[in-house]
Amino acid sequence: MTFATLGQRKGSSFASVFGIAGVVAVFVGVLSIANGFRNAMTATGSPRNAVILRSGASSEMMSSLRRESGRIISDAPGIVMGENGPLASAELFVVISLPKISTGTDANVPLRGVGDAAFDVRDDIEIIEGRRFEPGKNEVIVGRAAAAEFAGLQLNDKFQVGPNEWTVVGTFTERGGISESEIWTDAKVLGPAYARDEYFQAAYVRLKDADTFDSFKDALTSDPRLRVKVTRQTDFYSEQSTGIYMMIVTLGALVATLMAIGAIFGALNTMFSAVAARTREIGTLRALGFNGLPVIISILIESILLALVGGSIGGGLAWWAFDGYQAATINWQTFSQVAFAFDVTPSLLIQGICYATLIGVVGGLFPAFRAARMPVTTALREI
Amino acid sequence: MSENGEVLVKVSGADKVYRRGSEDLHILDKLDLNVPKGEFLALMGPSGSGKSTLLNLLGGIDRPTNGSVEIGGDEISMLSDRKLAWWRSRHVGFVFQMYNLLPVLTAARNVDLPLLLTNLSSKQRRKQVELALDAVGLSHRLDHYPRQLSGGEQQRVGIARAIVTDPSILLCDEPTGDLDRHAGDEILDLLDTLNREQGKTIIMVTHDPHASARASRTLYMDEGKLKTEKPE
Repeated sequence: MTFATLGQRKGSSFASVFGIAGVVAVFVGVLSIANGFRNAMTATGSPRNAVILRSGASSEMMSSLRRESGRIISDAPGIVMGENGPLASAELFVVISLPKISTGTDANVPLRGVGDAAFDVRDDIEIIEGRRFEPGKNEVIVGRAAAAEFAGLQLNDKFQVGPNEWTVVGTFTERGGISESEIWTDAKVLGPAYARDEYFQAAYVRLKDADTFDSFKDALTSDPRLRVKVTRQTDFYSEQSTGIYMMIVTLGALVATLMAIGAIFGALNTMFSAVAARTREIGTLRALGFNGLPVIISILIESILLALVGGSIGGGLAWWAFDGYQAATINWQTFSQVAFAFDVTPSLLIQGICYATLIGVVGGLFPAFRAARMPVTTALREI
Repeated sequence: MSENGEVLVKVSGADKVYRRGSEDLHILDKLDLNVPKGEFLALMGPSGSGKSTLLNLLGGIDRPTNGSVEIGGDEISMLSDRKLAWWRSRHVGFVFQMYNLLPVLTAARNVDLPLLLTNLSSKQRRKQVELALDAVGLSHRLDHYPRQLSGGEQQRVGIARAIVTDPSILLCDEPTGDLDRHAGDEILDLLDTLNREQGKTIIMVTHDPHASARASRTLYMDEGKLKTEKPE
């Protein structure tokens, strides 16, 4: 009966569905931004890798370690030994300014100087075009997202930073990870160019296994020659994304909540008109002996059904419009751009549908109770 | 069924007072009524005299402000809402002036509605529905929707719905009020048959002397009380 009467109120039903679809589309859309950003920041990173920064530094930009510290770190127990020594990469992290392809305006791009062992420490790195840079030369490789976001980063392009000219010799991927927004070169070339021969900012090391981390951390933090902070790489990336992730989620929740309030009024209006149109039917059913519960259930089912249709449409719209959409934003921790793709996941769609259901329940509850509590004699008098 | 074996409906000292603003409207005034089992009673009176209010009290969809309403020995004005709903589903059949059929349901499904509150299987329900629609002469209209039926046929479906649970009393609120004379007569014939052949107790509110003439007794509502003679 509930389903059959829907067609009699096409206008208000459509408005309600449309409103809820809009809320869910925005809800899912905004959270897909947060999801995509966090994915980019945490897609890669291994629990077997550790990141060492100066004690008190919350990001590589704020960290500074002396060369001798690098040697002490390399000698610490638990690091995997490669063919050319321990898998430890002392890295420099600077930010350069390049024009964005989309707007032509300059934006910050991270330029990372890495050690010889960097490719063994981060084994997700894959050259998809060209080759690796040659140590000692002014050559760079560019992350796929950075190449797509910034002008002049295609293979064989050259760009000027400070007194040096750099040549792009390769493009790399990192399974969608944060490094894809970076430019990499040899730390031994980048150091002198930025007058940082004696310093580096972070060390990335490969541990024998994930369980070695605690003993490795203890060894470094208890060494009186060092003042360092040791973090598992996965935790480090997660920390780096927390600020923006929370901001996007909070803003998204705020916008979605405000829109949901509007949608609830839409649903209330639809269901009150549904109840008004069926008041005499409800009165008749109750005169026949039905109590209030079936009435409440029938109205709630209708409201939830409309909400589910709206939620599905909104989720579908969000998926169609946003999933995989490429964007970039500044990460305040590094003051540089992070490229990422909006990510509409099944769990996000389920959250959207749940949100719609909640709107449907709230929107249907008051009309349902009003209908159920209306005196039978009053309801029967309605035309 | 009834306490004394004869009286099915016993209303004692029933008041019904509605409050409108600061004013109290006395619709029923210490009203008494006894209806023997198997009677066909017509209630007449001008609009607003309280006929429908009395019918609502007898059907358990309204309560008296004071006094008692006893049907088949059950003091229904004391029942909780939930128990009263259950009581209605077992003991009363309503016939409304505007039929009050659900437009999205077929005739059979409209008649089936009161049976949803019983423990009958769908097969048993189907059988009951067919019997009820057969009794009102509409066994060929089972799958028709109300909009596909004439007014008289819709009222027959309404009567089938009222009798499908085999209630002890039928309460009819102007059952011919929306019908032409011919269709109205058919409905009155049907009520008459139900009264005579099935022994249904029928209380019918009507404005139409032609309709009240079919009843075995007519009472007139005047200033909240029942009278046996039509007031001047």
